[in-house]
Amino acid sequence: MDAMSKQPDLRVSVGPLNLKNPVLTASGTFGYGREFSSLMDLNRLGGIVVKGVSLHPREGNPPPRIVETPCGMLNAIGLANVGLDAFLNDKLPWLKKLNAAVIANIYGHSVEEYGAVAAGLRGAEGISAIEVNISCPNVKEGGMAFGTDPDVSARVTRRVVNEADKPVIVKLSPNVTDIREIARSVEEAGACALTLINTLTGMAIDIERRVPVLANVSGGLSGPAIRPIAVYMVRQVVKTVRIPVIGVGGIMTYRDALEFLIAGARAVQVGTASFVHPDSALRVVDGLAEFCRNHGLSRIEEIIGTLRET
Amino acid sequence: MWDKHAEIVWNRRVADGIYLMALRSPEIAATARPGQFVMIRVGEGLEPLLRRPFSICKAAEDRILVLYRVVGRGTRILSDTREGGSLSVLGPLGRGFEPPREDHRAILTAGGMGIAPLLFLARSLPPERMVFLAGFGSANEVIRADQIGLLDMPICVATDDGSAGHYGLVTDLLEDALNDRDGRRTTVFACGPLPMLTAVVAVTRARGIPCQVSLEAGMACGLGACQGCALKAARGQGRAYWHVCQDGPVFDAMSLDWESI
Repeated sequence: MDAMSKQPDLRVSVGPLNLKNPVLTASGTFGYGREFSSLMDLNRLGGIVVKGVSLHPREGNPPPRIVETPCGMLNAIGLANVGLDAFLNDKLPWLKKLNAAVIANIYGHSVEEYGAVAAGLRGAEGISAIEVNISCPNVKEGGMAFGTDPDVSARVTRRVVNEADKPVIVKLSPNVTDIREIARSVEEAGACALTLINTLTGMAIDIERRVPVLANVSGGLSGPAIRPIAVYMVRQVVKTVRIPVIGVGGIMTYRDALEFLIAGARAVQVGTASFVHPDSALRVVDGLAEFCRNHGLSRIEEIIGTLRET
Repeated sequence: MWDKHAEIVWNRRVADGIYLMALRSPEIAATARPGQFVMIRVGEGLEPLLRRPFSICKAAEDRILVLYRVVGRGTRILSDTREGGSLSVLGPLGRGFEPPREDHRAILTAGGMGIAPLLFLARSLPPERMVFLAGFGSANEVIRADQIGLLDMPICVATDDGSAGHYGLVTDLLEDALNDRDGRRTTVFACGPLPMLTAVVAVTRARGIPCQVSLEAGMACGLGACQGCALKAARGQGRAYWHVCQDGPVFDAMSLDWESI
């Protein structure tokens, strides 16, 4: 077999986490995985980051919850989820049979609650890592406050790291003046990796009725519209911290994913694209393999962090 | 459930601003049930980004038919597509209509484009035990289902301006039909704008008649992942919200909180 036709090695490590390829599905855009199982082979994914889990079930915000915007969408779902117990009893048993890393995304309304969810996941088989959402802009109780203050971000991180028996990834908000400050703070608090970026806060207005389109008034902007911001922030953070970065924000194709990898992200997450094409993440996996073959790369690792800056 | 490119077999204007499109999708056509829907991507680019949900109004042989009104950017693009092209179609999605009890007659009550899923339902029911009522704004908006191969039976039409059929609301026709014969052994199936549905539910609830309604909501995925399409559940349902894409789009009218909707 010649080098060109050989299957490239897509394996990457993200701190202690070993993935068979660098493509994950982003939290809140892929349910608990099963919703997509009849449309694609989930075992081919690098991993699945499940819908954010809270200590107690949450019904979410009143509708309208979503609105389409130029090259994107705003959502204010309000972190609707089944809660920790139902996640462990009803969702995880099915998920853990998959040959893809399962990452539990968690959030709380207080530092203590973050700790309680992390503690509740202790001993749970089939979870490769915990991703801490300190950045959801939709929960009025203070979801935003955790992610915009370096000290509070660090406190949440430290608590989860202490309570968890799994690697802890922290997902950062872009709704800050300097994301590097939060990144450094979270790194010092013991996070083993960072995911960025979460959605950007925005709003849309119904000009006939002169009311916000979303019942929550504001929502989180996602989709290709935010990708340049995400790529830039990933680049900034990669140059600032030593821990690995997972890039997310508007990835629709493997080309978009490559921008993040070249910027230095060690893995990527596909989010809103899964709404458009359910198998978008797998298309990215296939596209990356194809790109490696076409460029004579035997390993995807060879491309990570290779940005040439003058 | 499939996510495939479907060939546009034809795309015809059937009334003022209203189009009927045939898509070649053998898998969806073979498995779709009345009341289910598809998510269609109107183009390949990033703008508009999201798919649009459409009721399936007919599934026959290797085709599904979609009836739509041009209301915005997505449907305008759709109306400009030409036969021979293809569109990404995801479906069939959601829970459709439950058949009425054997001893019940069905009254299908449509408002405007709400006729689409009811046409699919109508063809699955015995004509002798079915009444089909449809309200439209004006004569030029009336969808002549019999003339475009969607139904072989007459539809009782009402228009807001009296330019065709009954001068008034489709709920007037519904009340007449319920007064007409023994209204108790009847199931009502309704789809249309919210004010119309609210009126239909008020009529059926007052008479204790079972009513299934098909609803729409803004949604991104159609699969239950985005959770965007929430609708307030009635008290006692054990949950605050239903999701139109998975729990619906057809609901038992009593399971919804009409005050908040």
